[in-house]
Amino acid sequence: MLERLLILSALLFCIGLYGALTRRHVIGVLIGVELMLNAVNVALVAFSRYVEPAGLALGEADALLEGQAFALFVVVVAAAEVALGLALVLVLVRSRDTVDLTEVSLLRR
Amino acid sequence: MNLFQDIVFWALAALAVAGALGAVSVRSIFHAGLLMVVSFLGVAGIFALAGAAFLAVVQVLVYAGGVAVLIIFAVMLTRDVPMSSRSGPLGPAAALIGAVLFGLLAHAVTQAQWNLLPESLPGPAARVFVDAPTRLGQVLVSDHLLAFEVMGVLLLAVVVGALALVRERSDA
Repeated sequence: MLERLLILSALLFCIGLYGALTRRHVIGVLIGVELMLNAVNVALVAFSRYVEPAGLALGEADALLEGQAFALFVVVVAAAEVALGLALVLVLVRSRDTVDLTEVSLLRR
Repeated sequence: MNLFQDIVFWALAALAVAGALGAVSVRSIFHAGLLMVVSFLGVAGIFALAGAAFLAVVQVLVYAGGVAVLIIFAVMLTRDVPMSSRSGPLGPAAALIGAVLFGLLAHAVTQAQWNLLPESLPGPAARVFVDAPTRLGQVLVSDHLLAFEVMGVLLLAVVVGALALVRERSDA
């Protein structure tokens, strides 16, 4: 079961990576990054549920929930990232009137 | 792991992967946002199946709710901005990178020696995944108190930052 979940996580991560690399629409890239962060959460939950943590022998049952706590923090960071990212999209549209990332190359010159 | 759980797992995994594939490949960015929600809902089911009931609820509320609404909102706001239809310059290279990375990860996962959790857990650990929401709350405000508070500050900074970014400057 652990390996299934980890492979699912890897697959979702690579799909998200592909989306983030190929999309030209800036919101498409954001969607790809969200998929990648979400895939990482699957791996964290899988480790938390199926791998024995170091403290378990000492009776520290809460060590089993470390992965879920980490996943919760990742969710918060992902939500923060998408909120700021979409604010940046609005600023981009306002200042340069485009949502195409290949046209946003002002720093490259 | 019985047959029923197997069927549910494969159905949810197929939903998540199909949603993700659709989200990165459909042309319309609006449809991509909706397919992303499908993928998030599949992953929420996977969380519930893997003993993370609270995370499953958070996934539906924050991802399938909040993030999806934000993305669709942004798509609507930028709808009349012109977008040429050519796809990105990185297509084949990105597909290669994704496939190679997936191959490496899958190889690593199947080759690794996992220190698996025993089927029946000893003592206080036995019910930990049944009581997970309660215990997760206790873990967050004891072991991870600092990180928990930093999260609050981060969210405040994000709200202020986002407002400052999109503010219409009347004096400029």
